[in-house]
Amino acid sequence: MTKVKITVGAINKDAGSSRRYKTGGWRTMKPEVDLEKCVSCFKCFDYCPDGAIKKTDEGIEYDLDYCKGCGICAKECPVEAIVMVKEEK
Amino acid sequence: MTGEDKELFASGHRACAGCGEGTAVRQILKAAGPNTIATVCTGCLEVVSTGYPETAWEIPLIHAAFENSASVASGVEVALKQLGKKDDVKVVAFGGDGGTFDIGFQALSGMLERGHDITYVCLDNEAYMNTGIQRCSSTPYGASTTTSPAGKYSIGEQRPKKPIGAICASHDIPYTATATIAYMSDLKKKAKKAIETKGPSFLHVFVPCPTGWRHASNDTIEISRLAVETGIFVLWEAEDGDICNLNVTVKPKKRKPVEEYLKTQRRFGHLSEEDVKKIQADVDEKCEKYGF
Repeated sequence: MTKVKITVGAINKDAGSSRRYKTGGWRTMKPEVDLEKCVSCFKCFDYCPDGAIKKTDEGIEYDLDYCKGCGICAKECPVEAIVMVKEEK
Repeated sequence: MTGEDKELFASGHRACAGCGEGTAVRQILKAAGPNTIATVCTGCLEVVSTGYPETAWEIPLIHAAFENSASVASGVEVALKQLGKKDDVKVVAFGGDGGTFDIGFQALSGMLERGHDITYVCLDNEAYMNTGIQRCSSTPYGASTTTSPAGKYSIGEQRPKKPIGAICASHDIPYTATATIAYMSDLKKKAKKAIETKGPSFLHVFVPCPTGWRHASNDTIEISRLAVETGIFVLWEAEDGDICNLNVTVKPKKRKPVEEYLKTQRRFGHLSEEDVKKIQADVDEKCEKYGF
């Protein structure tokens, strides 16, 4: 158990600190993008509930530390550039 | 990184995989911008985003009790006015459907009536999801929940959904809108408009819940799209509480049968053909009122 220091009024000044918790460990399926097919519409970027997709010059890039493997991006991709594959640890 | 790409709702929040709320809150906070103070009442959003000592929020957030997200936001807004800072800072109150339709309703009604410059966002997943899928007044007819279980003598929830958008608009507030995550540009536009509106505005956002509705996590967007295409959930906006002349923003050319929406979720899995016909008839009647 890690010790947690409780501040007065439980005020938390550590904005965005949930990033310390890597939700990628929940995943059973992993998204893979084919950048040859990607048309940079960024629908996946908008729809991702976890903000685990980053825009790049070539298209997109996954932040697998946070991707929970829900598969929304693969289902909504209009050009089928994303596939879900079994996660192997 | 451009302004629009800056995340104000951080990754690492504990929402279930495929949760529609994550998508909705990310986009609404982007529309609000960093100069925003938010309040959130008890509900999924609070539970998943504020696990002490961590927080997913990049903007100041006050956690209220179950019933008073709107009251706390009212206090924040008045304080900002007194300090002369209201022009620079936006106030957004978040609530789930339980905290808006049921428990927080009197606080919300008071906030709308007093005319505070606040945007109230209701994230509607149609039951008390964070406590284990209990029915509430936003649960639709025929849905099986843990407190309205379907069985030999019951078809599940027996009451229709409360028309919260129309009720809020009836307070004669400047802006009321309904939105859902599948229609992203519509959601962004309405969120922006609601936040820029002077005075109270109400945004009702329909967000599918894979855990409570019993559907696959990758179906979240598809189901919110089907809800609009079948006429189950109507996307509209109304200005100055004029609900007789509301503007339906997305009109499906040809409505799909409700069965296509119902069969995607196991909470409706028990419905017989008769039940589906009844739901279809109710939806037909509703859509006629909206004029499509």
